[in-house]
Amino acid sequence: MEVDSVFYTDHSGRVNANPLLDQLPSYQSLLYRRKSSTVASKRRSSSRARLGSSGSGKWGVSTFGRNEEKPRSPVPQRPVRELPKTMAEKRTDKTQRQEENQELGRLGRLRLSARRFLRRLRDDAHERLSSLKLWRGDIHLIEGTFGTGILSYFSFLRFLVALNLFIFVLMFSFVMLPIIVAPSASGNITYNQNAGGPCRVYPSSARRGLVIFHEHITDLLSGGGFLEQTYLFYGYYQVDKIYFPNGTYNLPLAYLLVTVAYLFLSLIWIVKRSATGFKQNLVQDEDRFQSFCNKIFAGWDFCITNENAVRLKRSSLLYELKTDLEEERIKQKIADRTRKEKCRIYLIRLVLNLFVIAVLASCFYSIYVATVFSQKEQIKNNKENFIVDLVYEYLPSIVITMANFITPLLFSVIINYEDYSPAFEIRFTLMRCVFMRLTSIGVLLFSLWSQITKCDKEHCMCGYNHKLYSCWETRVGQEMYKLTIFDFIIIVAVTIFVEFPRKLIVNYCDCGLAKWWGQQEFAIPQNVLEIVYGQTICWIGTFYSPLLPAICTIKYIFIFYIKKVSLMANCRPATRPFRASSSNFFFLGVLLIGLALACLPVSFSLAQINASQACGPFVNYNTSWEVLPATVSQLPHGIKTLLFALSSEAFAVSFFVVTCLAMFYVIALAGAHKRVINQLREQLAMDGRDKRFLIQKLCQAQMVSGVNSPVSKSQPRRSSSRSSPSYHTSFSNNFNEAVFLAQPPPNSSTHV
Amino acid sequence: MGTTASQLGKDLLSEYQELTFLTKQEILLAYKRFSELLGKDEKDVLHERVPMDRILTLPELKSNPFRKRICYVFSTSDSKNGSLTFEDFLDLLSAFSDSATMEIKSHYAFRIFDFDDDGTLDCGDLEKLVNCLTGETDETKLTAEEMRQLISNILEESDIDKDGTVNLSEFQHVISRSPDFVR
Repeated sequence: MEVDSVFYTDHSGRVNANPLLDQLPSYQSLLYRRKSSTVASKRRSSSRARLGSSGSGKWGVSTFGRNEEKPRSPVPQRPVRELPKTMAEKRTDKTQRQEENQELGRLGRLRLSARRFLRRLRDDAHERLSSLKLWRGDIHLIEGTFGTGILSYFSFLRFLVALNLFIFVLMFSFVMLPIIVAPSASGNITYNQNAGGPCRVYPSSARRGLVIFHEHITDLLSGGGFLEQTYLFYGYYQVDKIYFPNGTYNLPLAYLLVTVAYLFLSLIWIVKRSATGFKQNLVQDEDRFQSFCNKIFAGWDFCITNENAVRLKRSSLLYELKTDLEEERIKQKIADRTRKEKCRIYLIRLVLNLFVIAVLASCFYSIYVATVFSQKEQIKNNKENFIVDLVYEYLPSIVITMANFITPLLFSVIINYEDYSPAFEIRFTLMRCVFMRLTSIGVLLFSLWSQITKCDKEHCMCGYNHKLYSCWETRVGQEMYKLTIFDFIIIVAVTIFVEFPRKLIVNYCDCGLAKWWGQQEFAIPQNVLEIVYGQTICWIGTFYSPLLPAICTIKYIFIFYIKKVSLMANCRPATRPFRASSSNFFFLGVLLIGLALACLPVSFSLAQINASQACGPFVNYNTSWEVLPATVSQLPHGIKTLLFALSSEAFAVSFFVVTCLAMFYVIALAGAHKRVINQLREQLAMDGRDKRFLIQKLCQAQMVSGVNSPVSKSQPRRSSSRSSPSYHTSFSNNFNEAVFLAQPPPNSSTHV
Repeated sequence: MGTTASQLGKDLLSEYQELTFLTKQEILLAYKRFSELLGKDEKDVLHERVPMDRILTLPELKSNPFRKRICYVFSTSDSKNGSLTFEDFLDLLSAFSDSATMEIKSHYAFRIFDFDDDGTLDCGDLEKLVNCLTGETDETKLTAEEMRQLISNILEESDIDKDGTVNLSEFQHVISRSPDFVR
């Protein structure tokens, strides 16, 4: 039975209520929605609508006297649907408001109807846009079966598809489109002059004569041969300027600026997307991530409809709770460690970390060796066996994939000996895996660079090894292309040749292997690392191979369907849950690391390495970056001075100083806010205690004096606030006898 | 769209659109699902009250550990038996829809978690809540010691005025900082 205030019932079984507590301003101002009887609702809702209400005192007008009939000015109230009431109450609210609005002037009514119209328009537009979202139905289905953790992986995949498509559109419209439409738009293309000289020799790599069929496949898979002189690679864009009737289009400048633009816009998009999750993670650090409240109050995934998934969700929640509680105990244990134990643990950790570094170093060295070997083999151009050729081409990719397969297993074994808390273990292993994945690309690029800039004599004549790498950007683009293709092949192969047989074995074979291996779990971190790895390659490779984003878009679309089919058919939900919120932050954090890593090689090669003299748009410049200063020097004087001023040291230093000051200010503000919050918390607790004390005294005084004024039933009782019954509870817990006041129980005036 | 005689009128539809967070398609779909729940002799979809056990046959609610509480919270019946009319059903869907505001969701979540309906979440409520989340059988329950530790942690994190219970504004405060509270 719902009661307004919790008291022990007296011997006649009727519940009493304290009139004083009901008159507390906080009690009255906080409406707690109860289902109201129809009689009471009409009366109450009229006054309620007038006062504009909602569940907490944050919005709405707080009332200090129920009978105060403040004439309301038409302040913008919350729309009716945002009030937590039943439909019937909302309807009466709406008619109430409409009656009120009749009293307004024409202008007020016009404004209100305009606002309502705009709101409806916005809702409709929102609905249309969200129905256009790609894969909406599929993702809904996944959500219902597996919950929001795995859903976040798939929506991350969808985000990457959109990002790659955007990068491709950018590249296409600014670099390829002018070249393509130039003939039809009566544009005059000037190509880079092949002015002779040893640096400008570019032997054609097209195959001549009778070409065996499998060589076409080799070309397709390695980006060489017939693919080399196509729009796919940097070397094809030999254009210098395009003269349209309206103006000149500087293609090298466009190429450079588009590269900078896509990196910068990717950064902005990712940061925008991660803004909410990041803010919450920052806010939480003071409260131990509020992990318990988060898990208990927000833990249940109301989207799950599958019976199996429910059972699994429950067991995963139980596991999480037990782990968290266990972790608390472990923290206590860690704090209690003796010095001797600490030394031992640190020693073990040091040794194991050295071991990990050694493993990483050996992996990197093997990648370096494989790359060097592969490059030498490609240059030798010894056409042996078809398969062996392909293996040589793909040797770096193979080595990287194998390293990325073995090292996580190794790390998860090692971490057991390092004696960290469970949550930290997971995070640390993940960090190591991320580092391994992304740095292997860096090592590959470093080994390529060492090959490109190594010449027979000490000093390279053209700034790079023009004999072996007459068009080195195309070569780098080919390596990135090969990495992408191989990545895709591996994902498909693993799904088909490992996951499906595993499911068959586990379902139909009852042997020990099946029991030990178990059914496939969708391991979110590993899958996310895979696609972030692919995306990093795409970012690095787009400068050298402008069509790579399109290839990556198609690749991710295929991966979506493959993963979805594999998920539905093979996998069960993970026993170790990955929280949706933290996973969003994790995904985008790793993606940002990938982006940062991608920016390094691109900017280094733009600025430092001499551009190929034999191909590409930057033939007439020393480095690719030089286009920009060359163009700036041709701008009108005013703009030139402005740009020089912006890039001068004085500006940079003062900008840096101002940024530092702003940061210090914000940090100081945050510290001040934290202090105020703590003070307010203490004050709240103290006020609560004060109130309890005073009420107790008052009730004792009332009891002693024997005053039992019957409460006028005509006062519509505001439903109990959330604060007062709590006082009643603790109060009544402590003082049993003080509770009973001879009081006729409120019947119809309570909200029932 | 279906051509049954008992379809929603246009003005009623737009009224529902204004009073809830649901879109037109969602309201019509809800209408269809609700009318499937009715028996053969109950024709008046809008005013008929469907008892709780039939509501709980819906696949979305069947596996939900809070299904009974959800029915009780959204029910407007006088006898508090958890039965829902169509409008209660729409209120339910609206509160759980994607476009509902945080305040609505946290308000209803609080009421759902408040097992004894006293306006606060005290130890008994929290214990029942945890048991709902982890399962009812013996091997899936936490031990008493773990439960005590868990509840004291929860109260430590969310009870601001230190009265031993979580009231609505404390709940809303802690929820607003919970990144997982989306659905």
